[in-house]
Amino acid sequence: MLTESHADSALSEPAWLRWTLIGIVVVAMLGLIALPLALVAVEALAQGWVAYFSAISDRDTVAAIKLTLLVAAITVPLNAVFGIAAAWSITKYEFPGKRLLLALIDLPFAISPVVAGLVFVLLFGAQGWFGDWLAERDLQIIFATPGIVLATVFITFPFVARELIPLMQAQGRDEEEAAVSLGANGWTLFWRVTLPNIKWALLYGVLLCNARAMGEFGAVSVVSGHIRGLTNTLPLHVEILHNEFSFAAAFAVASLLTLLALVTLLIKIWLEARHGDALAVRAGRH
Amino acid sequence: MDLHLQSLRKQFGATVALHDVDLDVRSGELVALLGPSGSGKTTLLRAIAGLLPVDSGRILFGARDATGVSLRDRRVGFVFQHYALFRHLDVFENIAFGLRSRPRRERPAPAEISRRVNELLARVQLADLGSRLPDQLSGGQRQRVALARAMAIDPTLLLLDEPFGALDAKVRVELRRWLRQIHDDTGYTTLFVTHDQEEAMELADRVVVLNRGRIEQVGTPDEIYRRPVSSFVFDFIGRGAQIAGHARDGRFTPQGSDVMLPIPERVRIDGPALLSVRPHDLQIVGPDAGGLRGRIRQLRTLAGRTTLDVEMAGPGVTLEVDLASDQIGDLQPQGEWIHLAPTHASWFPAGRS
Repeated sequence: MLTESHADSALSEPAWLRWTLIGIVVVAMLGLIALPLALVAVEALAQGWVAYFSAISDRDTVAAIKLTLLVAAITVPLNAVFGIAAAWSITKYEFPGKRLLLALIDLPFAISPVVAGLVFVLLFGAQGWFGDWLAERDLQIIFATPGIVLATVFITFPFVARELIPLMQAQGRDEEEAAVSLGANGWTLFWRVTLPNIKWALLYGVLLCNARAMGEFGAVSVVSGHIRGLTNTLPLHVEILHNEFSFAAAFAVASLLTLLALVTLLIKIWLEARHGDALAVRAGRH
Repeated sequence: MDLHLQSLRKQFGATVALHDVDLDVRSGELVALLGPSGSGKTTLLRAIAGLLPVDSGRILFGARDATGVSLRDRRVGFVFQHYALFRHLDVFENIAFGLRSRPRRERPAPAEISRRVNELLARVQLADLGSRLPDQLSGGQRQRVALARAMAIDPTLLLLDEPFGALDAKVRVELRRWLRQIHDDTGYTTLFVTHDQEEAMELADRVVVLNRGRIEQVGTPDEIYRRPVSSFVFDFIGRGAQIAGHARDGRFTPQGSDVMLPIPERVRIDGPALLSVRPHDLQIVGPDAGGLRGRIRQLRTLAGRTTLDVEMAGPGVTLEVDLASDQIGDLQPQGEWIHLAPTHASWFPAGRS
């Protein structure tokens, strides 16, 4: 039995207080979250379906969608692998500097995305540390796709690792030790023992990582250069359209991102309901 | 396969977990590693398995030096304290894991794997539960799956870490007998770790008593019980009391008393000493027989056994005395002075634990 609070529990407050609190939360949710969401849909369709579809099938919009998908397609697998590797090292091995590494993983959450973007400009921009070296070889990172990918990888790094570390800590090393004592090699160990034990948590982390990779604005904005049809991701494209007073088009493109958010949310809810005990958030229950 | 440990040493930081441990285990023996927590028994078991590298010393499986051999190649059947079953694999696949993990050349054909697993399932009396997940099993059943899984690789040794620790008392006693049966049928050289002396005494051919990273005594359960070599072993194995005093010229005098108890010839002891005696080795004697004098504090009857708590006159130690029912006679439950003589006892130099 979980420690759920019941209306008749000893800790229950007077009815008026309870209802006031619930009221405040509901109003806040409606005003700050549901209303804007609805507004996106309304504004997107303000000039009708034809305008909507022409906005999202515009050449620059399609380019932005493609770039966003490309960035996510590179970033998410990379960070899934990084995340597993980081979680594995931290939970299975003892080494000096482990705590520092753990803190570093959280850095992208703590730092402002703009700063993250600036760091990459400072490193790889024309005036940056590696600027001359890159220019000599005719390689462009900043104001090009590689820069956008780098910034996105940085920003979304913690999602998978953060989800896996507590789960793998809770599961311990016993199963892996048992597998090796039974003769399993590293390959068998990973595919038959480790991965099945973390797959739902991994999916959860990948889902959140993907949502952020597609939605990231700040860091990407700094390194992208906002070149229409070339280095514009969806969130940047929304901003450009908005700045040009093409509100309906801006909201049409924004509705795509909103849709992504809703799909993410639904999968997240399904994962939590169906496989909750295989996720880190609830692993401590066993 | 016989097992030989030669001066095994393991240190964690400044703590020495194993002090130059030597041990020989004969092929087919069932040996208990017994000790309180922190005695190094689990460290020793994990070192033998290859789960933990040792700092120095040698581990021999038969004539083969296994010290530097990896966990994977040592091929020991290890049963973890919490079983460590693969939670997403069913019982059948858990047991088949070791066979399926073999390199392709050595891997049995699927039909052969299936035959072997079914044989093991029958042996551990789980024939109907092959398709269950570990979550759907009771503690005792999980324990049996873990044992079958370890036996599936035809291990050189079977090592069990607190095999009954996580089970309730009744299941524990059943599984103990059952494990002895399995051992006698299969003949694997088996070592198990326990902190429960009763478990060790009932199950094992020989018991290794560990204390603070050293082996205190190795012997059959009876030897350990009847002839403990140190006051630690006496105290850890079974009930009993230890009385401080002084030994001289084959006589023992408890502190604060003028009684002189004879010490048997074979015991050579002089100076400060501990008399160690079990509750069933004390007899009520007459006042002139030169026994220990004490006063009855309490008379307890538990499960058909009557026990007296007697407070000694001199040292203030309370002795437990087990009595046969016909000896109770007209003893006063409280306050009566009686005299006790040990029929069997051990003496240890005092000041050494």
